[in-house]
Amino acid sequence: MSNASAPATGAWTPALIQEVIDAHKALPGAMLPILHAIQDRFGYIPDAAIPLISETLSCTRADIHGIITFYHHFRTQPVGRNVIHVCRAEACQAVGSRQLEAHIKKTLNVDYHQTTLDHEFTLEPVYCLGNCACGPSIRVNDDIHGRVTPTRFEELADELTTAVVEVK
Amino acid sequence: MTTTVYVPCDTTAHSLGADKVASLLERAARERSLDVTIKRNGSRGLFWLEPLVEVDTPEGRVAYGPVDPSEVASLVEAGLFDGAQTHERALGLTEEIEYLKKQQRLTFSRIGITDPLSIEDYETYRGFNGLKSAIARDSQSIVDEVKTSGLRGRGGAAFPTGIKWQTVHDEAPGQKYIVCNADEGDSGTFADRLVMECDPYLLIEGMTIAGLAVGADQGYIYLRSEYPIAHRILNEAIVRATDAGYLGMNILDSGRNFHLEVRLGAGAYICGEETSLLESLEGRRGLVRAKPPLPAIEGLFGRPTVVNNVLSLAAIPYILDHGGQAYADYGMGRSRGTIAMQLAGNVKRGGLVELAFGTTLSDLMNDFGGGTLSGRPLKAVQVGGPLGAYLPESQWNNPIDYEGFAAFGGVVGHGGVVMFDDSVDMGDQARFAMEFCTVESCGKCTPCRIGAVRGVEVIDRIRAGENAEKNLTLLGELCETMVDGSLCAMGGMTPFPVQSVMTHFPEDLTPQYAKEAGGTPC
Repeated sequence: MSNASAPATGAWTPALIQEVIDAHKALPGAMLPILHAIQDRFGYIPDAAIPLISETLSCTRADIHGIITFYHHFRTQPVGRNVIHVCRAEACQAVGSRQLEAHIKKTLNVDYHQTTLDHEFTLEPVYCLGNCACGPSIRVNDDIHGRVTPTRFEELADELTTAVVEVK
Repeated sequence: MTTTVYVPCDTTAHSLGADKVASLLERAARERSLDVTIKRNGSRGLFWLEPLVEVDTPEGRVAYGPVDPSEVASLVEAGLFDGAQTHERALGLTEEIEYLKKQQRLTFSRIGITDPLSIEDYETYRGFNGLKSAIARDSQSIVDEVKTSGLRGRGGAAFPTGIKWQTVHDEAPGQKYIVCNADEGDSGTFADRLVMECDPYLLIEGMTIAGLAVGADQGYIYLRSEYPIAHRILNEAIVRATDAGYLGMNILDSGRNFHLEVRLGAGAYICGEETSLLESLEGRRGLVRAKPPLPAIEGLFGRPTVVNNVLSLAAIPYILDHGGQAYADYGMGRSRGTIAMQLAGNVKRGGLVELAFGTTLSDLMNDFGGGTLSGRPLKAVQVGGPLGAYLPESQWNNPIDYEGFAAFGGVVGHGGVVMFDDSVDMGDQARFAMEFCTVESCGKCTPCRIGAVRGVEVIDRIRAGENAEKNLTLLGELCETMVDGSLCAMGGMTPFPVQSVMTHFPEDLTPQYAKEAGGTPC
């Protein structure tokens, strides 16, 4: 169905950002669609996008900053080649996600909201992936994995890093 | 003759290797030069059997599951393509699987049977009959049919859907909206996702009927960003439904219009609260609005708006097709129709169970769920998401209905049932309830924004044995303040799981326990 598509990391320029803004600015309530589109295209929302959105939608920079920081999904820094979301919610807790979470942090040697030194993985918490009958669940980019054991996680991490080497 | 083999395409099947299973089956058929079509159906919601492979036979579909990719070769060897039933993964006729057979599937009658994106499949199983019936009626009669059904909001609040529609219907003509709340953030719930991934036209049909009923020509599905597969499927379904004349301009030559668009949330649990959702749709921070005005009168962009959960809207096509009374014939007391319960967490047979209201939790967890996955005794169950109480064994025999649950402080909510075995530390769970609120509070109300932070601290002190008794009293008072002083359910219900731990599992919140568990004594 889907590929483990890595987050987009296209280089941005003000003109490219403006292009994305213009493509969505006519929508009613355009703010979130614009922020999503920028992040999808460039991997994150660069600071330089804020004055451009402000100008186009006639709202203050402070408002936009407030919106970006309100929503967990939006990020203002580049991320690693793979973003791993670990489900921290109750259904996964009931089947060992606390242990899995500790194992993943230890294996990657990062905490939540951090990126590994080799820029391979960014680790994020998530509160429910809707896969609650088959936890613990994690999301790797757009792919959701169920019944993830520490061993399964290590296999996955290996597959992901190997795949990147092949691309090079 | 072509043999059709079904491999589900929903998130859970996908998360357990269904794509790999499908491609291995395809390759095996090719190698054997067999005439086999692999069809990606929706999931039946029997998640413990996913990936559940089905094969068409003259007797009906036979099932195999759970199929690990490593087992495909041996299944093919054992005659899977002929429907042979000798392999240990063979389950016999799908429809005869007890878990499925015992259900009363009105809303989920089609899931797992059809290709989610095939309009032809949808039509074959009574799809769009409700819409056709609605088009032939006047708007008031559609609203009346929904009132007759007794349907109440399935998102959790249980407000009568027909009354909400009547309010929007009665507002002066002009721009009105239908907003579908698809921000299914409660842990332990996946029924909305199943509708959207496995039967998306059902939601589209329900929303279109709502539009006809109240005079709205624009709908938005506010979908959480954690559901990438649902996003793709919904967008494609909207395009196909529009092309087929079921959506967009001049629906089925009726002269009526209804446009639909999916909008993505951005990882904020609070946006499942309807006024916060509307703020988000309008492009702002998801801060809760004070009510009144009700969204039905001043909702999206200040216009009259129906905000309904996915499951409420998904119940509508059945009601318009079979009549409101047919729906109301199911259920108990003031809870009419069926409810989609979702068995999750530490459960042996997790999945979707649609039944009339009135069944007990115990039946659900044991007869359907088969007890815990770990095989250890059940200790607690959280029903109704992260804001629902943890229920001890003494409460498992209460029948599931809105009033009955409310009477003992339980929450049916969106129907999530998260099971925990006896290895759970309920002190951890109480702490997590407060911690979750610190992460997800919108920040508007002080008791919620600050109270949750103080809640985590106080629980830590109690568990460390620091002035435990006084701090327990303080925690009780803090919970009361949050319940009484918050605008919405986030702050108002976060204390429910905490209070339930204090009442039913106090041993997990005592300093003695904390000492044994390695905490610091005072």
